[in-house]
Amino acid sequence: MRVTIDQDKCVGSGQCVLAAPDVFDQRDEDGIVVLLDPEPPRDLDQDVRRSAMVCPALAIQLTD
Amino acid sequence: MTETSTQIDPDTTAPGGATPPAYPMARDARCPFDPPPELRRLRDRQEPPTRVRLWDGSTPWLITGYDDQRALLVDPRVSADTGLAAYPHPTEATRARREQARTFISMDDPEHARLRRMVTGPFAIKRVEAMRPAIQRIVDDLVDAMLAGPRPVDLVQAFALPVPSMVICELLGVPYEDHAFFQRHSSVLVNRDQSPEASVQAQLALADYLDELIARKLAEPADDLLSRLALEQVATGALTRHDLAVTSVLLLIAGHETTANMIALGTAALLQHPEQLAELRTTDDPRLVAGAVEELLRYLTITHSGRRRVAAEDILVGGRTIRAGEGIILANDVGNRDGEAFPDPDRLDITREARHHVAFGFGPHQCLGQPLARVELQVVLSTLYRRIPGLRLATDLDQVRFKHDGLVYGVYELPVTW
Repeated sequence: MRVTIDQDKCVGSGQCVLAAPDVFDQRDEDGIVVLLDPEPPRDLDQDVRRSAMVCPALAIQLTD
Repeated sequence: MTETSTQIDPDTTAPGGATPPAYPMARDARCPFDPPPELRRLRDRQEPPTRVRLWDGSTPWLITGYDDQRALLVDPRVSADTGLAAYPHPTEATRARREQARTFISMDDPEHARLRRMVTGPFAIKRVEAMRPAIQRIVDDLVDAMLAGPRPVDLVQAFALPVPSMVICELLGVPYEDHAFFQRHSSVLVNRDQSPEASVQAQLALADYLDELIARKLAEPADDLLSRLALEQVATGALTRHDLAVTSVLLLIAGHETTANMIALGTAALLQHPEQLAELRTTDDPRLVAGAVEELLRYLTITHSGRRRVAAEDILVGGRTIRAGEGIILANDVGNRDGEAFPDPDRLDITREARHHVAFGFGPHQCLGQPLARVELQVVLSTLYRRIPGLRLATDLDQVRFKHDGLVYGVYELPVTW
């Protein structure tokens, strides 16, 4: 699975970091999303899907 | 809540020609943890949006389904601008207050994003996690004081309010000694029945207080959020001191009223489910505790006044067109009881997967302080019942005064003993 993020849309809720901390992080200054791993290992699939689902800004796009 | 029949525009009537029902609706006093029965019936019928009638006679659309709510809250054609004519203000007092002081919660992007991003950094997950030991200390100290004090005790005053107040004071750099002052004024702001004058007065009093505090921080900066914002935003001219004061009122109030209500109402709800409370008392699994917090947020949805918006363009929802310039209320309390999103939705189940709830709203305005609220509630749930295992109500549940008149739901007092 391939992950892309949209930092302009992101509102810094941190929900993705809670769901998949190995894939997403936040910028120190304003909490905006930082992508740590654009192609996370398969065992994180469920966590990453959940991140995309709970993101309030729909700032996470997934492609298989 | 009485039905009137004065000059209803044909377009504002519900299907069948009936007058739109009044909103907010009344809860059933026998089911204080459930949304109002009439609202639940509207959700269960799963019809296209229907109109409801507000305090000022306006008739915005009511959205009850979870999927529709999420779709609209993230839709850029939907505006949160409280200055728009059709904005469905919860009360006359909240309208007066928004006219007097606007913050980013009442704005649309890009202005909203610019201002919100000034204050999002301290609420990032890692920064909030770093506060966990301090929050644990605050909670432990308050439990110590309860255990050493008289019984029964009001859990709201002894514990539920001080926990988030102390935490937000520490974060912002507001002296906790002043808590009686700001709690008195914020309790005015969150009451549905307050007059516009009293509400604006409370808002002004809080803004003046914070304005003065920010002036002191500018002169003598400390290691806290207000000092940082004062130096980064006010000293550089990005924000006026007054603007920062108004934003700080929002952070201060949102930072303690809501969490306090969740602690007290959540405890009341868990005491009705002793087997689930027992699980929390004995578990060492932080995931169970975190899941319980999400489920309580979903099940109780204390933000029971709904999320409120205006259509900026025509929007098709469930086969019905919401016209540009019409008000929309997204009833997230029943959205969180939507069986499509949460199987067996009216059952409290701390082991269910509930993280996708909309108790914090959804879209760009979703609660800014949610990471802090989560950690506070996790610390409370993993500490309070373990350290006071015999905790129980010191009165009958039907004697407890619920905040039916609150913009945010909760209990006024919760007498407990052990």
